[in-house]
Amino acid sequence: MMDKNLYVSIAPHIHSGDSIEKKMYQVLLALLPAFLVSLYVFGWGSLIVTAISVVSCVVFEYLIQKYLLKGEPTIKDGSAILTGVLLAFNLPSNLPFWIIILGALVAIGVAKMSFGGLGNNPFNPALVGRVFLLISFPVQMTTWPLPGEHSYIDATTGATPLAMLHGHFGQLPDMVSVLLGKTGGSLGEVGSIALIIGGTYLLLRKVISWHIPVSILSTVLIFTFIMAQIAPQTHHIGHLGTGCPFMPAIYYALFHLLSGGLLLGAFFMATDYVTSPMTPRGQIIYGTGIGIITVLIRLFGSYPEGVSFAILIMNSVTPLINTYVKPKRFGEVIK
Amino acid sequence: MNLTLIAIITLGSIGLFISILLYITSQKFKVLEDPRLDDVEAALPGANCGGCGFAGCRNFAEACVKTTNFETLLCPVGGSDTMSKVASILGKEAIKTEPKIAVLRCNGSCADRPRTSIYDGAASCTIANATFGGDTGCSYGCLGLADCVKACIFGALKMNEKTGLPEVDEAKCTSCGACVKTCPKNLFELRDKGPESKRIFVNCMNRDKGALAQKACAVACIGCGKCKKVCGYNAIHLAGNLAYIDFKACQLCRQCVEVCPTKAITEHSFPPLESKDTKWVPQQIKTK
Amino acid sequence: MRTFTIGGIHPPGNKISAGQPIHQMPLPQKAIILLNQHFGKPAVPVVTKGESVKVGQLLAKADGVLSANIHAPVSGTISKIGETQDASGYKHHAVWIDVEDDIWMDSIDKSSEIIRTCSLEAPAILEKIREAGIVGMGGATFPAHIKLTPPSGKKVETIIVNGVECEPYLTADHQLMLEKGEEILIGLTILMKAVNAQKGIIGIENNKQDAIAHLKKMAKDWPGIEILPLKVQYPQGGEKQLIEAVTGRQVPSGALPIEVGAIVQNIATVYAVYEAVQKDKPLVECVLTITGKTVGKPGNYLTRIGTPFSELMDFAGGFPENAAKVIAGGPMMGKALVSLSVPVTKGCSGLLILTEAETKRKKSQNCIRCAKCVKACPMGLEPYLFMTLVEHAEWGKLEKERIMDCIECGCCTYSCPSTRPLLDYLKIGKAKVGSLIHARNTKK
Repeated sequence: MMDKNLYVSIAPHIHSGDSIEKKMYQVLLALLPAFLVSLYVFGWGSLIVTAISVVSCVVFEYLIQKYLLKGEPTIKDGSAILTGVLLAFNLPSNLPFWIIILGALVAIGVAKMSFGGLGNNPFNPALVGRVFLLISFPVQMTTWPLPGEHSYIDATTGATPLAMLHGHFGQLPDMVSVLLGKTGGSLGEVGSIALIIGGTYLLLRKVISWHIPVSILSTVLIFTFIMAQIAPQTHHIGHLGTGCPFMPAIYYALFHLLSGGLLLGAFFMATDYVTSPMTPRGQIIYGTGIGIITVLIRLFGSYPEGVSFAILIMNSVTPLINTYVKPKRFGEVIK
Repeated sequence: MNLTLIAIITLGSIGLFISILLYITSQKFKVLEDPRLDDVEAALPGANCGGCGFAGCRNFAEACVKTTNFETLLCPVGGSDTMSKVASILGKEAIKTEPKIAVLRCNGSCADRPRTSIYDGAASCTIANATFGGDTGCSYGCLGLADCVKACIFGALKMNEKTGLPEVDEAKCTSCGACVKTCPKNLFELRDKGPESKRIFVNCMNRDKGALAQKACAVACIGCGKCKKVCGYNAIHLAGNLAYIDFKACQLCRQCVEVCPTKAITEHSFPPLESKDTKWVPQQIKTK
Repeated sequence: MRTFTIGGIHPPGNKISAGQPIHQMPLPQKAIILLNQHFGKPAVPVVTKGESVKVGQLLAKADGVLSANIHAPVSGTISKIGETQDASGYKHHAVWIDVEDDIWMDSIDKSSEIIRTCSLEAPAILEKIREAGIVGMGGATFPAHIKLTPPSGKKVETIIVNGVECEPYLTADHQLMLEKGEEILIGLTILMKAVNAQKGIIGIENNKQDAIAHLKKMAKDWPGIEILPLKVQYPQGGEKQLIEAVTGRQVPSGALPIEVGAIVQNIATVYAVYEAVQKDKPLVECVLTITGKTVGKPGNYLTRIGTPFSELMDFAGGFPENAAKVIAGGPMMGKALVSLSVPVTKGCSGLLILTEAETKRKKSQNCIRCAKCVKACPMGLEPYLFMTLVEHAEWGKLEKERIMDCIECGCCTYSCPSTRPLLDYLKIGKAKVGSLIHARNTKK
C-alpha cells in the first residue's frame, strides 16, 4: 500500500518560512532609499565605494570559508552583502579603493570570521571595519566630499555639519537640508528622511522592534536638550527661536538627532541581531547606553561623531546584559 | 642627579621590591604536596580524558598516591606500561592488564540494512534515538549520526561514508570509554585487543526474533544458537535472541565464524579461511 | 479578547476539515490495542488468547495508581497478545482482536437519548471515571480520575474546559462541540460536582463562532457554566496559557494548576465523562480529524481505538501520492509516524498528511541571536540558550535557566530563521535534567 519512506522528526512539523536570507534582504531593501539619496548627492563616488565594499566583503567571506576554514561558503545568506553595504555607508565617497578593501578584510576576516562566522561575532563587523579605518587612516577617513560632488577621484571636500558643530565654526546647514541630504558626510549619513523611511519599513515588517531605535534616539534627544538648556552658549545651532523659550534647545536636540550617523546607527547598526541584547528590557538598557555615550563623545570628546564607538562599546556590554536581564518568565507572580 | 640614573634606581628598586614580595608570598602560601605527585603526573599520558574515572590526570595521580588498593586503578590510555611506571615511582605493585579497544557491535551497513524512513530531525544519535527507533527496520542498530565521532577526543573514530558506520582506528584508540558512554544504543564495548589484534565478536545487538531481525538486516544475529553449539570453550551464550562471545574465554578458533548462517560474527585481523581444514591456532592457549 | 500574555505565534489555521460532520468509521478487520495508551505504567492484560470479548469489556487493568484501564473497542476473539510498534517507533505490548460483529456489553446504554440528571455523589462519579479508563483526550493522556483528585487542602474553584483546539488543521473538537453540545455541558456539570467546583468555563478560540454561539445558547440552562471566547493564538490551548487567559492567574513555575484553584480538561474528555457516567460507556472510541492538503476526503471521523491508521487512510480517500510525513496529532506537537500500521490510541485527535514542500526541514544554520524564539516562547524562556547548553551538556545551568518550565509547544522551532532544531535539543535537555532532579529527590 505504501512503498515510500516517510519523513520522521520531532515536532513541530511546520515552519514559519522565515529565513536568514529574508531578513538580510529586507534590511537591504530598507537601505535602498538611503542609497538612492547617496547616489544623488555623491554620484559616482557613492556607487564605486559601495560596489568595492560589497564585492570585497563577499569575496573575502567566500575565500576564507572555502580555503582557510575548509567549510561550506555561506555567502548566499546575504550577511556579507549587508556588511559590505553598511561598511560603505560609513565611508566618505572618495576613499581610495585599497583602503576600502582593507576595511572589508578587517570587517569580514577579523570581526566576523575569526570568531566563528555569522552569529558568533561579539562586535558589529561593519563598525569594526569603519573604526579600524578611522584610526589607521585618520586623514582619508575625515576628508568628506561636499554634497553634489559626484566625482570619485577629485571631489572637493569640506566639513560635515557635525564637524562644524564640534569645532564651533562654519555655517551650519538648516534642518531641511539635513533632512534631504544636502550636506556632507559619509554615504549613509546624508538624507535623514530616507533613513527614517527605511527604519519605519523595518519596524512595520517586524524585522526590528522599536526598543533599540527609540531608546537611542530619545536618550540623545533628551541629553542634548538638557545640555542645551544648561549651557546654551556652547550648545546651540544659532537658532534664536520664537515664542517658546525651549525652542533653541529643541532645535539643537533635533539637529543632533538628524545629523551624523545617528539615524543609520539607531535603525541599522545597533539593531544588528547578533550584537544586541535578546530581551526588550535589555535592549532599552543597551539603547540608552548608546545614546549616552554618543552624546558624551559628541559634546565632550575629541571626535565630532561618536555613534560607532558608542555602539561598539555597548556591543561589549551585550553579553553581560544577556546574562542578567532575563525575559519575563511565566509563573513568576501569582495575582 | 642624572635622569637616567634616577630611572634606573627607581625601576630597579620597584623590581627588587616586587620580587621580594613574590618570594615571601610563594613561601608563605606554599601548598605542601607529596613530591611524588609531580613525578606520577609526568608519567601519565596527560590526555585528561576521564577514562580512568577521575577528573583529569592530576586527579588520577593523587588517587594513585593516596590509595591503599593500587590494583584497582588503571589508566586505559597508558595501559599496563604506564601503570608499571607509576608503580615503580610509588614502590607499589602493578598488575598486568590486557590492552583493550573499543569495538562497534553493529555491521548493518547501508547495503545490508535498508532504510524504512527518512530521519529529518537534528543530526545527533541521542536525539534520533529519542525520536524513534531508527530509520531502518532494526531499532537496535547504529543510527549513523556520528555522536561517537564527536565524543572521541583522540580522533580514533571516523564515519565511513559508504557503510554509514563508524570505524575504530586501532592505533589511536585508547579505550578511554567515551564512545561507550555516548552511544545511545550501547553498541560500543571495550573488548581485549587480542594477540596481534586478533579478536572475534558478535557484530550485532538486535534482540528481535530471528525472522524479524533478518528482515531488517541481512547480517543480523538471529539467535539460532549454532555458534554456541560449536564453541568448544563455552565462550558463547545466548540471551534475548542474541549471541554474545565472552572475550576472556574465547580462544580464537573461528568455528563460530564459519558456522554462523548470517555472517553476524566478525573476525578481526585474521588471515582468510582457505578451507574447512585450515584453522589458525593461537600460539598460546589462554587460561582464565 | 482574553488571551495569554507572554509569547505565542500565529500559524496559518488550515482548518480544511471544518464543518465536516462526524462520520462513523467502519470497524477494522483487526484491532490492535496498545497497553500503554496513557501516562503512567502500561495496563496489565486480564484476557487470554482465544477468549471472546464484547465491546466495553475490560481488556487490561490499570497497573498501580498512575495508570488506566483499557476496554475492548470491538467485539471478537483475542488473536494475539504480543509486541507491536507504536507511534514512537519502539515496540510495546498490545492485544490483537479479530473483529466479529459489533456486540456491546449489556451494561452499556447505547441509545442516543440525552440523560440530563446525575444523582451520584462525587466519590461515585470519580470511581466511574476511573473504571471507564478515561484519560486526557487532548494528547497528554493523563488519567482523569487522578487529575480530578486534588491533594488535601487544595480547593478547586473552576473547571476549565479546553475547547480551544489551537493546533492548525485539527477540527475534531470543534465538530464535537457543534454536534454534542448538550452532552458536553452535562459532562461539565458532572465534573463540577465531582470536585465541588463552583464554576465551569469552556474556552473556545474565536475562529469557531458557530460553536461559541451554539454553546452559549445552551449554557443559559446550566448555572455556573460560562462560555468564553479567546483570541486566536497558538498555544492558547496549552494548560498554563489557557488558565491565564481564562482566570488571569499564572500557575507558578513547577506548580500544578490546582495552585490557582483550577483543573483543566479537554472537551473530548468531558464528553467521554458524560458517556462514562450517564451511559456506563467506557472509553473505546474517539473523534479524530483526517486532514491534509492532499487528502481525498478530509473530515472528522468517529473511530474505534485500535483501528490501524492505514484503514483510516483508505477510508479518507487513500494514501496521497506525494505524502511525505504522516502525523498522529497536529503539526505543532504531533508524532511523526514511521508507518501507517500503527493503531489509533486514546488521546489521538488527528491524522495529518503533509507534503515534502510543507514539512521538509531546511539545513540548520548558526544562531543569529535574533531572539525570535525568545519572543515566541509562551513560558518566557530562552530556547537558543537551551540548545547551546544541551550541546555542551551543561545540565546544572539548564536547570537554573528553568528548562523544566518548557511545555514543548514548538513555537521556538517554528519561528527560528536559521531553522535550528530547537525542540529536538530541548526535549533531550528536559529528559536529562528531569532524571537528574528525580535522582536527587529520591536520594534525599
